[in-house]
Amino acid sequence: MNAIEISTIRKQFGSVVALDNITLQVREGELFGLLGPDGAGKTTLMRILTTLMLPDSGYASVNGWDVQRDYRSIRKNVGYMPGRFSLYQDLSVEENIRFFATLFGTTLEENYDMIRDIYSQIEPFRTRRAGKLSGGMKQKLALSCALVHQPKVLFLDEPTTGVDPVSRKEFWDILSRLKDKGITMFVSTPYMDEASRCDRVALIEKGRILDVDQPDRIVARFPYPLLAVRTQGDTYRLLQDLRQQPWAHSVFPFGEFIHVALSAPVSPAQVRALLLEKGYQNPEAMETTPGIEDCFMELMH
Amino acid sequence: MKALGILIVKEFLHILRDYRTLLILFGLPIVQILIFGFAINNEIKNAHIAIIDPSHDEISREIQQRLLSSGYFILEDMAGNLESVHRDFKEDRIRLAVVFPSQMQQRFYRDEKVQIQLIADASEPNTATTLVNYATAIMNDYQKEKLGLGAMPLQVHTQLKMYYNPEMRSVFLFVPGVMVIILMLISAMMTSIAITREKELGTMEILLVSPVRAVFVIIGKVIPYFLLGMLIAGILLVTGNLIFGVPVRGSYLLLFAEMVLFVLTSLALGILISTRTDSQMVAMMLSLMALMMPTILLSGFIFPIESMPFPLQMISHILPGKWFLIILKNIMLKGVGFGFVWKETLILAGMLLLLLAAGIRNFKIRLS
Amino acid sequence: MFEKAKLRDHQYLKKMSTIISANDLSKRFGAFTAVDAISFEVKKGEIFGFLGANGAGKTTAMKMLTGLMRPSSGQAEVAGFDVYRHPEQIKRHIGYMSQRFSLYEDLTVRENIEFYGGIYGLGFRQLRQKIRDLVAELGLGEVERHLVKSLPLGWRQRLAFSIAIIHDPSIVFLDEPTGGVDPITRRQFWETIYQSAERGTTVFVTTHYMDEAEYCDRISMMSAGKIAALGAPRTLRETFQASSMDDIFLAIARGAQ
Repeated sequence: MNAIEISTIRKQFGSVVALDNITLQVREGELFGLLGPDGAGKTTLMRILTTLMLPDSGYASVNGWDVQRDYRSIRKNVGYMPGRFSLYQDLSVEENIRFFATLFGTTLEENYDMIRDIYSQIEPFRTRRAGKLSGGMKQKLALSCALVHQPKVLFLDEPTTGVDPVSRKEFWDILSRLKDKGITMFVSTPYMDEASRCDRVALIEKGRILDVDQPDRIVARFPYPLLAVRTQGDTYRLLQDLRQQPWAHSVFPFGEFIHVALSAPVSPAQVRALLLEKGYQNPEAMETTPGIEDCFMELMH
Repeated sequence: MKALGILIVKEFLHILRDYRTLLILFGLPIVQILIFGFAINNEIKNAHIAIIDPSHDEISREIQQRLLSSGYFILEDMAGNLESVHRDFKEDRIRLAVVFPSQMQQRFYRDEKVQIQLIADASEPNTATTLVNYATAIMNDYQKEKLGLGAMPLQVHTQLKMYYNPEMRSVFLFVPGVMVIILMLISAMMTSIAITREKELGTMEILLVSPVRAVFVIIGKVIPYFLLGMLIAGILLVTGNLIFGVPVRGSYLLLFAEMVLFVLTSLALGILISTRTDSQMVAMMLSLMALMMPTILLSGFIFPIESMPFPLQMISHILPGKWFLIILKNIMLKGVGFGFVWKETLILAGMLLLLLAAGIRNFKIRLS
Repeated sequence: MFEKAKLRDHQYLKKMSTIISANDLSKRFGAFTAVDAISFEVKKGEIFGFLGANGAGKTTAMKMLTGLMRPSSGQAEVAGFDVYRHPEQIKRHIGYMSQRFSLYEDLTVRENIEFYGGIYGLGFRQLRQKIRDLVAELGLGEVERHLVKSLPLGWRQRLAFSIAIIHDPSIVFLDEPTGGVDPITRRQFWETIYQSAERGTTVFVTTHYMDEAEYCDRISMMSAGKIAALGAPRTLRETFQASSMDDIFLAIARGAQ
């Protein structure tokens, strides 16, 4: 049985189609990433799965429970961390954890082992008001609160948004370690680089799934050879010039390089020569492998 | 300078495009003028009275004619005796009673003093005074007409008896009135704000996705306000009694039970308001404008209801505050038992059930 | 290789003139030092990235440079004006675009342009011309009279940027301008920045997307109130022996612990 089953889910708000025929499966114990920018539909899908919203049409189940009919079972057995670290700012760390434990009919002590990894990092601050914690610590507290009742499935809605890169990395380390406990984790995020930390990812944009697979397989499916090009200065002109070329399928800045997807074969040496001719300083061109972001943008087109 | 001009223009654009602000800016003053214009009517009209007339003669009847055709008084009960008048007062059916003596006509023409007794319900002192003044003026006018200036054989003496509040202290009306307002404030407004705050913070989502049923989430939020409301009502009672001497002449148990009923009704209102909006600001505005203001103005606390034009009277009928004020006054000042307030109690209970049903139906166990 | 990188930077920098200079700039709030004696320069026409975690002092530093906050000590000059003596002049000569895009959602595109143009003292005829130019350049002809809230996020971003430079400032400050949009829109925005820089506008941008740091000519990374790294992305990667800006950030953060 799949931990999460989603079949042709559709959701509309007025004239805006938030989710357009979404079909997905998440296996038990998977660390599954839902990748996409703001407005792609991530939160809407998350809310449907956590039974906070009803889909307009389609079917979804969590752990075999139908999101419409069996919502009570789902609510008893999943962990949910919505965006914005929804914690009680004026309660202390410990009060927050105990509240959520009691809500689920259990205690902190019974489940300490489960959350020890995370909770031990914030335990020294346990009498501090949640509102006074740093972003990274709030994140850990919110995660602890979601885990304290040992849920089978964990839903995390953009848990790393607005948090510094160090805490982001630590957070994903924690998630990876949680896999050993057999929890299924469904995480949404706008950060493309986090794809590599998931078992499988779904790329979502404007309510549609662009692709679903293991990250390396998605990358392998990128249909064009990719060149990385750079010059000293003159970046804007370079972008325009490259776009004019008949062999350039797409041209996008990627940090200090420009990624050019080739629709026709051309060698790095040829590109270098061309750029020198056009008066660019120190042109460089080399073959490179695409990343998830390249794939996302290609699929968006 | 030009920058100032464009800042002003921009602000106008913002205002014109924000329907809610426009509604408040224009709607509110108009509504207020209408209400104040019609309700603040220091003229008391249509007061229900009882008359005891053992004389049944020309003079007494003429005086009654004058009274009843003045527009100020409506005959509620042609009573036979004082007991039935007392009951009329307790049941809140009259504000004033006019007691004529026997053999009025004979005595009048024989130049003897004639005492007409006026009994007023002084639990609303201002109203009582006004009514008494009207009645006295009408009767004096009659005398003058009949007898010309000069000798006044008929001393239509108004013997004043102010029931329930012999010293005519306005605090006797204000303490119950304030209790109604405060209980409504705490129970309805604070509850609606507390629930919408949880929604605004996003923590409501987490609570919903938990084994706790939504109804318990609400109950958990509401009980502290219930207890607080009762406690504060108690403090008000004690303060009113100790400092101002406002009595509780009726049964404390009955009073307590009615307070519970009213607080529950207000809580239900608060819950209903919180189902209509996710924003604390809107919840507060709704509570203030749609609940507090009408209650303050139209519940009979400040302005007597029977003097208001019909549409406003209709509105006051649907305010729980109005019914509770009557119950409070009756129990506290008139000392009546359940038998005299069962009608109002039933109405409040009916409102409670209605509001609970509406709240339950509207309450979403999911986000929109 | 290390030396060559540094030399490259040095030659690069010498060619241009300085438009921002900060020397031991500090800001203290009581016992707390938010910005601790930072020193750096930004050259005219550069795209300068100002990075750091939340709470590292980025926002405070930016407020001092944009004339919004008075420093506790140190010196700084922006667009030729001293931050102590002429903060008002600074505000008049710079452009500013904040995280929330600074557009009024319940006004139309045209009204927004008119408003900001008016604020920056553009004359009537000048403003009309600007509106025509902007609308043409951004392709907003169809939606000129539509409310901004009906525009997609990417258009709003580019409109906000154009409005920030409506008065042709020599330098524009961008405070986390690319929150949350899809990868293509984000790059389109950066292309607009490139275009601007090409025309000679200096761009001072803060962001917490570390990969965007790579778009900049030079960056500085703040940590605990100090500047922990300063230089071109390539140079810094060599210095820290890191493969990405993310790794540099991690190295610095660990160092701070």
